Amino acid sequence: MTSAVAVRGLTKTFTLHTQGGVELPVLRGVELAVDPGECVVLADPSGAGKSTLLRSIYGNYRAQAGEILVRHGGGVVDVARAEPRRILEVRRRTLGYVSQFLRVIPRVPTLDVVTEPLRALGVPAAEAVARARAILDRLRLPERLWGLPPATFSGGEQQRVNVARGLIAGHPVLLLDEPTASLDAESRGAVVALIAEARDRGTAIVGAFHDATVRAALATRLVRLHGQARQEAAT
Amino acid sequence: MSERPLLSVRGLTKRYGAHVACLDVGFDLWPGEVLAVVGESGSGKTTLLACLSGRLPVCAGHVEFTLRDGSVVSVLDLSEAERRKLARTDWGIVRQDPRDGLRLGVSAGANVGEPLMALGARHYGQLRAAALDWLDKVEIDGDRVDDLPETFSGGMQQRLQIARNLVTRPRLVLMDEPTGGLDVSVQARLLDLLRGLVADLGLSAIVVTHDLAVARLLSHRLLVMRRGQVVEGGLTDQVLDDPQHPYTQLLVSSVLQP
Repeated sequence: MTSAVAVRGLTKTFTLHTQGGVELPVLRGVELAVDPGECVVLADPSGAGKSTLLRSIYGNYRAQAGEILVRHGGGVVDVARAEPRRILEVRRRTLGYVSQFLRVIPRVPTLDVVTEPLRALGVPAAEAVARARAILDRLRLPERLWGLPPATFSGGEQQRVNVARGLIAGHPVLLLDEPTASLDAESRGAVVALIAEARDRGTAIVGAFHDATVRAALATRLVRLHGQARQEAAT
Repeated sequence: MSERPLLSVRGLTKRYGAHVACLDVGFDLWPGEVLAVVGESGSGKTTLLACLSGRLPVCAGHVEFTLRDGSVVSVLDLSEAERRKLARTDWGIVRQDPRDGLRLGVSAGANVGEPLMALGARHYGQLRAAALDWLDKVEIDGDRVDDLPETFSGGMQQRLQIARNLVTRPRLVLMDEPTGGLDVSVQARLLDLLRGLVADLGLSAIVVTHDLAVARLLSHRLLVMRRGQVVEGGLTDQVLDDPQHPYTQLLVSSVLQP
């Protein structure tokens, strides 16, 4: 496998047992391959399953059928079948994920939230903090906030903490779910620049971005989950 | 990745007469892994913990524990004396009510020093230094080292119990509703502390809780129990964000989002 991520025949249906067993088929037979240095943008409208696909690749949702192959270290891991400790290892070293919302942990200061992925890789504290300060600075998060827990921050401030945490470790694969949704133009530009640098370094990126300017700046290819035959070249 | 689980449980069953408290429970716990067991009251969580530690006799099942030298012991076949020795050297047990896990008649410092003395430490100065170091780790002011636990708040007592259990660097910690009896404001602080200690010391732990937020914050992996049986298990965020079993879906959808 030369791709960094290869999704094959992925099918995901939610069965809502508390709602009388209603079935919501969200993904059916999805195929997707992403090479290093590519930024594949999921171009379907809302409700098409973009977040579901990103979460499935991250191992947060379980697939009913299909394979989710991720190149990890020297080998390939099928996230759809790997045991929990294997998935955690793949997240630690290979998969970065930025969601729309930061899940805050009470009492933990921003700098610790951002350095945590580096600390999990064994990076010494001083170096991790230096890198966190650098990325928070680039994302224009005011320095007076760095020592505070993000729980009380505005949506845009929390989102930048989330982006910093997701990008700091330089994972070879990035899964980005509307990372610029609640940002003003200037902050959005800072986030886009960081993502573009990651892409140009050879990071394989799968993203959902509504914003047309963000898409134009980042996408190397647009993909639709529904009607998979219609893959379009990026503009 | 290490190739042998620290703890391996198979077919664990416990009945009280006709009532089934645990039925055919099985799982592996790997070094450095934190496993949460969730479920409503009466689902068998606490019984499971008591059976694992050998405190309650089981009706059927095996529990294997890997020692520091790599050899494997069958926990349920140990004699009482062997089990107590293992509990002293390798296991920590944090009870829901700190008053069950502390010695209320001796000082905070003695509560932390005693487990070390049970392992042979005798030097007073070193014991006191270790006690002060651990009080600091659990955010209790060193000035309180000679005070009785009775004079502490509930949250401080729980932190003291954690220090008493972790001071010997156990390899497996069993926790039963560690934040259960505490005010919400105190819970967050304790959780944060536990999270840090577990990560820093590379502990393996089993945490029984009915609080899904506690499970999410502390654990890597989750088992959902209902009526004595494990109905679902897996990566913690996966089970909570994409629950498959009707009972897990009910549990997750019943939580109030503040």
